[in-house]
Amino acid sequence: MGVELKKDGKELIALLSGDIDHHTAKQMREEIDSQAGLDKPELLKLDFQHVDFMDSSGIGLIMGRYKLMQSLGGRLRVINVPNYIARVIRLSGLDQLGVLEKDVEHK
Amino acid sequence: MKPINEMTLSILSRSSNESFARAAVAAFVAQLDPTIDELADIKTAVSEAVTNCIVHAYKDAIGVIYISAKLFENGKVIVRIRDKGCGIEDVEQAMEPMFTTAGGERAGLGFAVMESFMDRLRVTSRVGRGTSVTMEKIIARRCVQNG
Ligand SMILES: Nc1ncnc2c1ncn2[C@@H]1O[C@H](COP(=O)(O)OP(=O)(O)OP(=O)(O)O)[C@@H](O)[C@H]1O
Ligand SMILES: [Mg+2]
Repeated sequence: MGVELKKDGKELIALLSGDIDHHTAKQMREEIDSQAGLDKPELLKLDFQHVDFMDSSGIGLIMGRYKLMQSLGGRLRVINVPNYIARVIRLSGLDQLGVLEKDVEHK
Repeated sequence: MKPINEMTLSILSRSSNESFARAAVAAFVAQLDPTIDELADIKTAVSEAVTNCIVHAYKDAIGVIYISAKLFENGKVIVRIRDKGCGIEDVEQAMEPMFTTAGGERAGLGFAVMESFMDRLRVTSRVGRGTSVTMEKIIARRCVQNG
């Protein structure tokens, strides 16, 4: 449960796991932001493959990291989004930020 | 129509109860043999409503969140989530997508999620008295069940 951070060249990969809600999002945010602040990656990848549940707190988490990467002059990608999470993401209009893998929109 | 089963639950507005609340409602609704998608919809909607009680209704305090669920013969589920917190001044405005009074990283999408993941959503609120969110969903019956 939580977030595992991996550095790969100029990329920072955050492998998220478990449930993302208001209770868990705070710690995920803090861990990602402190590492991103140190590494200043060109690309931050949020990997959702091990996320079991997400509500609108997860949308806040994605949007916040999008803004963070903008302020660092880098980019954000959201990858490996399961179907049940894609539905929440679609509702948020996040697809318009261009951070998602293309297939999310069709899930 | 009378429910075939009912449950009520009251919990403190601690954020650690968010996962408990959605899991408890989902476990109760599981009696109707919902699909995984239907259950995920209900869990997400419950999570939104309960989180709103914690983040907004009892903003700087710990209060009680009242949850009830009713199951009906035709597969209908009614979930109600109530608080005795600050209340909402303008419910219609609050329900607009992207509207939020909280700073930080709230997306203002909780009500939009509840509306789209459930079949029906009704919100009543009184400033200083609290808020009640009632949600309905029809679980498609796939086989006849007894019990
Ligand atoms: N139980 C409640 N008590 C008091 N105010 C509420 C309650 N539920 C919602 N609100 C008000 O309605 C607004 C919209 O709620 P909604 O859940 O749609 O978005 P949010 O909670 O602000 O953000 P998100 O749910 O995306 O994290 C809130 O910002 C808050 O002002
Ligand atoms: Mg909310």
